[in-house]
Amino acid sequence: MEFRQALEQTLSVLMAKDEKICILDADLAKPNGTAPLYQKFPNRCFDVGIQEANMIGVAAGLASYGFKPIVFTFAPFATRRVCDQIAVSVSYAMQNVKIVGTDPGITAELNGGTHMSFEDVAILRSIPKMTIYDAVDANQLAQALPQIMNLDTPVYIRMPRKLSTPVFDDNYKFKLFKADVVSVGTDITIIASGIMVHEAIEAMKMLKEEGINAEVISINTIKPLDEETILTSVKKTKHVVTCENHNIIGGVYSAVSELLAKEYPLKITAIGIKDRFGQVGKYNELLKEYNLTKIDIYNAVKNNLNK
Amino acid sequence: MQNIAKEIRLLTCQCIASIGQGHIGGSLSIVDVLTVLYYKHMNVDPTNPKKTGRDRLVVSKGHAGPAVYATLCHKGYISQSELLTLNKFKTNLPSHCDMNKTPGIDMTTGSLGQGLSCAVGMSLASKIVQDHAYIYCIIGDGESQEGQIWEASMFASQKKLDNLIVFLDNNNMQIDNYTSNINSLIDPKAKWESFGFYVQSIDGNNIDAIDDAIIKAKKNKDKPSMIILNTIKGKGVSFIEQKGVANHSMPITEDDLKQIIEELK
Repeated sequence: MEFRQALEQTLSVLMAKDEKICILDADLAKPNGTAPLYQKFPNRCFDVGIQEANMIGVAAGLASYGFKPIVFTFAPFATRRVCDQIAVSVSYAMQNVKIVGTDPGITAELNGGTHMSFEDVAILRSIPKMTIYDAVDANQLAQALPQIMNLDTPVYIRMPRKLSTPVFDDNYKFKLFKADVVSVGTDITIIASGIMVHEAIEAMKMLKEEGINAEVISINTIKPLDEETILTSVKKTKHVVTCENHNIIGGVYSAVSELLAKEYPLKITAIGIKDRFGQVGKYNELLKEYNLTKIDIYNAVKNNLNK
Repeated sequence: MQNIAKEIRLLTCQCIASIGQGHIGGSLSIVDVLTVLYYKHMNVDPTNPKKTGRDRLVVSKGHAGPAVYATLCHKGYISQSELLTLNKFKTNLPSHCDMNKTPGIDMTTGSLGQGLSCAVGMSLASKIVQDHAYIYCIIGDGESQEGQIWEASMFASQKKLDNLIVFLDNNNMQIDNYTSNINSLIDPKAKWESFGFYVQSIDGNNIDAIDDAIIKAKKNKDKPSMIILNTIKGKGVSFIEQKGVANHSMPITEDDLKQIIEELK
């Protein structure tokens, strides 16, 4: 199932139960998959057109009235374009607005550099009170949305629209603010978020063949970090690699470094965008271009372990 | 209401004098509309600032906070002693309006251009819950250089938000110079009419004209309203008016206050 199908199906159920939930789009309802909700809930869905700044303000106004608005647009327009609107009208004003940024990082694929957000997490992570959730697969997203909608604080939901490589099975239970140890190991901790969890698991399998047991952690929320799960693992393995579909400045590598610098200083190897802009390309081409593949993670682990 | 407006002007000056300096010009220019709103039109209750179904006001030009605080003080939302805590450390009356600090403030504003969008969201919300509230919003003429004002105006019109009544504080001044010398609105009436608003242009420091325009705006259907308040920045205190562009933020001393009290008698 695509991420956006899981999104629409879950919201359809949630909106039927909770008449305070509203949808706002900025002329991307069709690509983002919210369009069917307009037929089901015509009084609570608003397409403002191509005006992201206004969309954030309108959402804040709806929230001040007790509604629970969710705004949708591509990740760069949901963050860098409306940074001040989110900082002031939403976060500083303490308004309950949920922000969905779709196709983050390389998942923007053929939309290229203008649409390829490698900085969205960095921007929002520095705004107080903001929760940042990086969706791993469609199954997890479907479980995360009801828990996120139960919060009365702003949340940034970062999700690709289409591609969802299943990581979690039917028995999986998502718990908001908890990281998942998706593979237990003793030699190194690979901390990954979003689409990089799948790559990390693939790298773990390659390493296992060589007798290296990597523990893979899906952190799920980049802010707040599940510090306990990370520290428990790192104190055991004493080696860390981080993996993110984002600039290593301001994202997962930064967040983990900030935690470990304080609690358990050690060398951390980063897989992620090394301070570059995006470009057009297909998913696998971009994974290779930005050194995000399982082989890159495999090499990073060996390098970190001096093997 | 003329007398109330004078009292609120004095309270505004006292509020700013308590810290010695502040946004006096753009505060005094909107005292008349605040007076008419709070003493004639707005369904609000100072003993229950968050009352369900109340009318709401978004002062998008959030630096006019002192005038709003003075009005809220006159209405009984906040005490006279609290009014004199403007911008003091840990105050509930910061330079720019903050809904989480001051009772009676409906939206946090100050980053210009954003408040009108919030008011549009409130107007939509009011239509959904059918509480028949009016949403009022005051924007500046300098503020209208922000693109978000026009985004919000387009969308308000698209949604036929006839429960939204916007006031433009058209005092033709901003920090750096006269607005017409910096980046002019040229013809705000034509602009908002072309955006689909019901537009009235009036003497924005005339109580009766403001009252009359709000009555007409409330009768108007299927369009948001724009009331262009042609105002004088610093209105009501001669030496502040005479400062012109320099009155955006200026010192108000205890001696100044004596002169102001004399003039507003």
